[in-house]
Amino acid sequence: METLILTGNHAVAYAVKMARARFISCYPITPQTGIVEKLSEFILNGELEAVFVPVESEHSAMAACIGASLTGVRTFTATCSHGLAYMHEMVHWASATRLPIVMAVVNRTIGPPWNIWAEHGDSVSQRDTGWIQLYTSNHQEAFDTVIQAYKIAEDPNVLLPVMVCLEGFVISHTAQPVILPNQEDVDSFIPHEPWRHIIVDVDNPITHGNLQMPEDWFYEFRFLMHRAMDAAKEKIVRCSIEFEKIFGRNHGHLVEEYKCDDADVILLSMGSLADQAKVAVDVLREEGYKVGALKLRAFRPFPEEELRRVAKRTKCIVVVDRNLSPGKGGALASELKATLYGFKGMPIVIECVAGLGGRDVTLEEEIGLLKQAFRVMEEDGEPSGIIWLGLK
Amino acid sequence: MLPGNSACQGCGSTLALRWVLKALGKKTVIVNPASCGCVYVGLYPRTAVSVPYIQMAFAAGPAAASGMVGGLEAQGKKDVTVICWAGDGGTADIGVSSLSGSAERNTNYIYFCYDNEAYMNTGTQRSGSTPAGAWTTTTPLGKKESKKDMALIMAAHRVPYVATSCSSYPADLYGKTKKAKLIQGMRYIHILTPCPPGWRFDTGLAVKIGRLAVQSGMWLLYEVENGVFRLSPPSRKILENPEKRVPVKEYIRAQGRFRGMSENEITLLQEMIDSKLEKVAELDGKPLFF
Repeated sequence: METLILTGNHAVAYAVKMARARFISCYPITPQTGIVEKLSEFILNGELEAVFVPVESEHSAMAACIGASLTGVRTFTATCSHGLAYMHEMVHWASATRLPIVMAVVNRTIGPPWNIWAEHGDSVSQRDTGWIQLYTSNHQEAFDTVIQAYKIAEDPNVLLPVMVCLEGFVISHTAQPVILPNQEDVDSFIPHEPWRHIIVDVDNPITHGNLQMPEDWFYEFRFLMHRAMDAAKEKIVRCSIEFEKIFGRNHGHLVEEYKCDDADVILLSMGSLADQAKVAVDVLREEGYKVGALKLRAFRPFPEEELRRVAKRTKCIVVVDRNLSPGKGGALASELKATLYGFKGMPIVIECVAGLGGRDVTLEEEIGLLKQAFRVMEEDGEPSGIIWLGLK
Repeated sequence: MLPGNSACQGCGSTLALRWVLKALGKKTVIVNPASCGCVYVGLYPRTAVSVPYIQMAFAAGPAAASGMVGGLEAQGKKDVTVICWAGDGGTADIGVSSLSGSAERNTNYIYFCYDNEAYMNTGTQRSGSTPAGAWTTTTPLGKKESKKDMALIMAAHRVPYVATSCSSYPADLYGKTKKAKLIQGMRYIHILTPCPPGWRFDTGLAVKIGRLAVQSGMWLLYEVENGVFRLSPPSRKILENPEKRVPVKEYIRAQGRFRGMSENEITLLQEMIDSKLEKVAELDGKPLFF
């Protein structure tokens, strides 16, 4: 075990190395490039034994990971923003082939205008592709989540690819101390056993992907993907508990609660904003406000029961979305409201869109937002549309 | 390739795949991007091939094959031949970036383009590989632009082996595939495969049409091995014996897709072929590029 000062990108690269990925394919895009640069270095100096294929596009990067994963090896790629959008077709292909590929998404805004800074819109817009999406809020969590991602993805009851999301620059290019576990512990946590459901093997030839008629099994295949997402919920929790036993850290399972037990107002967010929300909660607790912070780790599968359980205990949830679906609002707020609707004793939900295009979301703004929630509750408890935090 | 596949009658592409698989043997993996192959291999849960056959998204064939080669390499499996079996649209249009990337990396696989000169699986729309003058549903008056020369484009990547062939010349195709199998690195074989419904000719004439394409000089059979251009016997024959050369008009008039071509246009095409053959005669046996 050792502690290194690492950027978020390098933390991910170290995790991929310790997970012993055997095949890596990637196309450069800011702010992700630091990950594959480091991985190339690991391969060159013999620290990581893997085949690296530098492809001509993100579409090809995912196609290459699919090809390699079909032979039964552990694969990795990283991308974001336009790269992820360009990859979209193959993102579907990977999950529908049920391949346990792990991809880091270094969340970045999609243009135009060109903007390389943090926003969750790139991965959120891949919501319906059948990938597990885990959002991380700091460097250690990014490292740990990559390790966990392989265990979750390769579980025979799951067999779905995983996106590990970390915000560009905010996490990717800043440095924090990261505890690296012992290699033997990682090896025993994620032993590699090739998946058997689809492997290219000339001695046992199979054809994959043949055309289906509507009365065949396509519908059932998609139903099974949904069931696998249910299994993934359980697996994420078990994996997190097991991880804590071995490595002594826990970043929350599907959601992480911070002082939520007696809170009247809870701030729900993903990524680095969720870490900052804890500081906002501490400041307001000093002033006597009963507030809490809730971090969503898994956006897919969506932790409906866990959110309802927390929601029942509180009066108001403020959702801060670092993404925007124009014409509706933030994705997390929409999903939360759909999750709470129809159940008794649910709190009011205040929607807030913030930090688009990498605009800074300050601690003061988060504090102000929580105070505003108390005012809404005192008045008539009717939230009035989206709060646009820091809009000029 | 098993009997009972779901290809159209007289399909040149299935004929070609049969010979390719005979040459390659059982230790072969096929990656097939969207094309007629996705259909003629069989509808779920049936299959017409007895080797692993992976359907792939349209633009992704060469990249998926690259991944497969890498995955096998990572496990030290060296006795498996990975091939990409793609149509001309998947090769010359939507897949060209991925194909070019795999060639630039000299990925250890064989890429086969079966060229039926249009998007036949979707009902005959023009592709970059459709020849000038050909009717398609998106060129109702005949295509105005020329055919993209993919084999030469691939040769310009300086890959170790490039060849052209035709489903009507099984010995040529079999021999080139056998040779390609023994070469390391990226190998590219471009096969002209006549298509009865798309080219508008009787299903019994698929072999004859392919032969006319070669005998007229409209389609050349050659190899570019380590950069050296060499005509294959069927094409050399018409070069060395001009009396054996079939007028291109016979090839054109045998197909409904060229019915819009005027006599004048056919004369012009004949002149172009004659001049092409003169240049080819000079190149035979020589390096293709400086």
